[in-house]
Amino acid sequence: MSGFRWQRGDLLGVAELSTEEIVHVLDTAESFVEVAARPIKKVPTLRGKTVINLFFEASTRTRSSFEIAEKRLSADNVNFSTSGSSLSKGETLLDTTRNLEAMAPDLVVIRHAHPRVPHGLAERVGAGVVNAGDGAHEHPTQALLDAFTIRRHKGRVEGLRVAIVGDVAHSRVVRSNVLCLRKLGAEVTIAGPRTMMPEQPEALGARVAWSLEEAISGADVIMMLRVQLERQARASFPSEREYFEFFGLTAGRLQAAADDVIIMHPGPMNRGIEIASEVADGPWSVILEQVANGVAVRMAVLYLLAGVKSGEGSA
Amino acid sequence: MSHLTVKRTLFEARQMARMMRRMAAEIVERAGGTETLMLVGVRTRGVPLADFVAAEIARTEGADLPVGVLDITLYRDDLSTIAPQPVVKESVLPVAIDDKIVVLCDDVLYSGRTIRAAMDALMDYGRPKAIRLAVLIDRGHRELPIHADCVGEKVQTTDTEVIKVSYAATDDGREIVELLEREA
Repeated sequence: MSGFRWQRGDLLGVAELSTEEIVHVLDTAESFVEVAARPIKKVPTLRGKTVINLFFEASTRTRSSFEIAEKRLSADNVNFSTSGSSLSKGETLLDTTRNLEAMAPDLVVIRHAHPRVPHGLAERVGAGVVNAGDGAHEHPTQALLDAFTIRRHKGRVEGLRVAIVGDVAHSRVVRSNVLCLRKLGAEVTIAGPRTMMPEQPEALGARVAWSLEEAISGADVIMMLRVQLERQARASFPSEREYFEFFGLTAGRLQAAADDVIIMHPGPMNRGIEIASEVADGPWSVILEQVANGVAVRMAVLYLLAGVKSGEGSA
Repeated sequence: MSHLTVKRTLFEARQMARMMRRMAAEIVERAGGTETLMLVGVRTRGVPLADFVAAEIARTEGADLPVGVLDITLYRDDLSTIAPQPVVKESVLPVAIDDKIVVLCDDVLYSGRTIRAAMDALMDYGRPKAIRLAVLIDRGHRELPIHADCVGEKVQTTDTEVIKVSYAATDDGREIVELLEREA
């Protein structure tokens, strides 16, 4: 940590982060975990800063996690979401952006269905921008909280075997996670039904397996992806029962993984489809810790970004 | 960046130890015993002071006081004026501070802003019976109505001077108090 200076005013993706920057976020998050254990779970750090949560896509948990992180840092926050706002009244993205800019926020957290919308926003607004998911492109805070959870359990990420299994093609989590884990030195394997794998799965930079068994054999960490029943996934497999038959994680199948394997899931889970209840609620599961760690990691990100942007004006 | 040059040594390791031993005795005397006492070192160089005082009280009184560490970064009042953000480290309070006499320990008392932040931080952990302040060096120039209850030594300084306290535990084995001059 000696001499390292955080310089980034936006968090758009894991792709542009260096290993050193990732480690710095994780180290900073360690300090924020403790805040949640206090009787008063709030620090005055971002007092007087305004954060706008701009959600063009529904997301209860990511938005709630950001909201809690913002409130625990004493920032003022405002939510814009698609339902019941101008975002669904035909306003263009550029107009929305201009309106936002006029409100002079310090940070904008954005979720959008299209890749790189956060990048475009970051170029146009003076506020710091946090990508809270842009289509199937990146979801950097999820990847960081996953890496953080792994590091807290295993003491390291380097050299670990991580399997990511499920709807790889449509997941907003996979790309950022593979990038993040590989930068930290983990060995990553992705697997899923052929209909749910991208055309060139190798392009993600991970080893590719075509069965659950192959993917999780010897794994230290297994990340199960959500089957997005509400979306295109319906057409990708014959039935939920068949999906569970081939790609559902059960206690029996876990035998093939390392003895101290941990199970992760970005949520919300479909019990009995990608994951059996016995696994989700079992001793291997760190799924609820992921949620708790998500708040600490987002606090760390907001803290680091807020410092850089506020410094720019005076510098 | 301004440049710092060493003007002179104020205290050697042996003098520092003598000061801290006296502080330990004063802390116990003022609290009327060790019963509800707790020491909290303010990162970074309040920590070795708290550790020394705790060891000294263990030696003379046979009492093992709880020793905490407080990182005040999140409570600083200058966060919006400095960039990038300072590194945040963990705060560790081993026991609940409620109804304790908490003695904040720091190396140098100057503007008082660090101690203001430390008090705000402590209050978020509970309701101590009292908060006292022990500092190795009080160099004056307060900007807030804060005073130390227990002082190792008072040192007259000008506002271009800097007091640098080094502890073996935090400064590669060097234990010394020096007076530095800030040159533009």
